[in-house]
Amino acid sequence: MSKDREFLWRRLHSLLGVIPVGLFLMFHLSMNFTAVGGEQAYNNAVGKMDLIPHNLLLVIEWVVIYIPLLFHAFYGVFIAFTASPNTGRFSTYRNWMFSLQRFTGVFLVIFIAWHIFETRIQKALGADVEFNMIADIVSNPFMLGFYIVGIISATFHLSNGLWAFLVSWGITQSPQSQKIATYVTNIIFVILSVVGVAAILSFV
Amino acid sequence: MNIAANTGRMVKVEILRQDTKGGNGYWQKFQVPYRHGMNVISILMEIQKNPVTENGENTTPVAWDMNCLEEVCGACSMVINGRPRQSCSTLVDQLTEPIKLEPMKTFPVIRDLQVDRERMFNALKKVKAWVPIDGTYDLGEGPRMPEGKRQWAYELSKCMTCGVCMEACPNVSEKASFIGPAPLSQVRLFNTHPTGAMIKDQRLNAIMGDGGLANCGNSQNCVAACPKGIPLTTSIASLNRATSVQMFRNFFGSDHYVD
Ligand code: SF4
Ligand code: FES
Repeated sequence: MSKDREFLWRRLHSLLGVIPVGLFLMFHLSMNFTAVGGEQAYNNAVGKMDLIPHNLLLVIEWVVIYIPLLFHAFYGVFIAFTASPNTGRFSTYRNWMFSLQRFTGVFLVIFIAWHIFETRIQKALGADVEFNMIADIVSNPFMLGFYIVGIISATFHLSNGLWAFLVSWGITQSPQSQKIATYVTNIIFVILSVVGVAAILSFV
Repeated sequence: MNIAANTGRMVKVEILRQDTKGGNGYWQKFQVPYRHGMNVISILMEIQKNPVTENGENTTPVAWDMNCLEEVCGACSMVINGRPRQSCSTLVDQLTEPIKLEPMKTFPVIRDLQVDRERMFNALKKVKAWVPIDGTYDLGEGPRMPEGKRQWAYELSKCMTCGVCMEACPNVSEKASFIGPAPLSQVRLFNTHPTGAMIKDQRLNAIMGDGGLANCGNSQNCVAACPKGIPLTTSIASLNRATSVQMFRNFFGSDHYVD
C-alpha cells in the first residue's frame, strides 16, 4: 500500500462497516425475521427478491455487499492481527470490547464464508433458497449452534462497531457522550440479537 | 517509631532481567529488608548495595532509570505486578508480594528495567509538539488563551512522556507502527494553544500519515493507565473530528488551512 494512505484505508474500513455492510445486515436479519410468521411468510418475502432483474441483482450484490464486505473483512483481519490483546492485564469493559471486536471479526470471516457457500453459492449452482433449505441446515444441532454464534457475533460486531464508528469520526468525544453511546449500542445489540436468534429458531 | 528500624521483615521481589539489548530475559528472585515507607526504587537501591539473589548467588546489580523521584519526569516507569507505573511513586505497602518487576516491553529493552523510549520523542518531533516562536525578529505578544480552555489544556500539558499509556495500549508494539496515545494528546494541546494553532494543519497532517491517529482501536486502556489522569481518549476523539474536517479540506484543496 502506498505511503501515508493508512488513514484513508482505516476511515474507509470504519465507514464501510456501517454503510453498506451494517445496513445490509439489518436488512438481512429483518428478512429472516419473516420466518417467525411461518414457512409461507418467509418464502413470500424471499420470493420478492426474484422480482429484481437478475443482472441488476448481481450488480447490487457486488457493489453493496461483496466488494465492501471483502475489503472490510481482509483489512479487518490485518487490523486484528497487528493488535496484542492484553485483557489479562487490563480487564476493563472497553478493553474487553476491543478484544471481542477483533475476535468476532475473525470468526465472522469464517462464518460468513461458510454461510455464503451454503446459501448463495448453492443458489448460483441451481439450488432454491427457501424455507426448507435453511431448515435442512439447522436440523443439525451443531450447525444450529454455529449459526447462533455467528448471528450473535455479527450483531455484536455491528453494534460495538457502531460505537467505535462514532468515536472514530469524532462524533462522540466526551466520556459522557461515549457512555451514552455505549448504552444505545448495547440496546441495538440486544434488539438485533433477539431478531436474529428468533428468526433462526423458527427454522428448527 | 524509628522509621529506619529494621523490623526483620523481608520483602520478596522477582525481577525480569536482560543483560543486553535484544538478549533473552530471565527471572531472578531477591529478598530485601523492609523499611517503613519504602518505594520500589528503594528496593532496587537495596539490591544495588547487595546484589545477591534469594539463593545467595552473587549477581550484577539491576539496572533501571530514574531522575526526579516525584513522578514528574517519567523516566522510572516499569511494569510492577503487571501494571505499568512509576517505580518512584509506587509504595511497597500497597503491593502484594512477591513484587514482580518487568521492563515495559512495548519499548526496546536496553538492560534489565531500562527501556528506550526514543519512539515517543521521535513522535513528538514528528507532530511538532511545540509552540513555534523562533524567527528573525521579535514576534511580540501572542493572543490570549481563554481561561476555560487553559484549564483543561493544563491537564494535557502534564504529560511526562513516561510511556505507561504506550505500554497499556494493545495497538502499540514493536510489530505495529501506531504512534500511540501520548503524542496524539500533545497534538490536541498544541493545536489548542493560540500561537501553536498557527501550524495546526501541519500537526493534523502528520497524524494522518501511516501509523497515525486512525490506528487507535479504542480499547481506552491509555486513559485508565495514565498516572497523570490525562483525558487521552477525549483528545483522540477530538482529533478524530478535527482530522475528519482536515481530510475534506485536503481532498477539495481548501485554503482554510488553519481556521
Ligand atoms: S499521557 Fe500519561 S501515561 Fe502517557 S506518557 Fe503522558 S503521562 Fe505517561
Ligand atoms: S523518577 Fe521521575 S517519575 Fe519516577
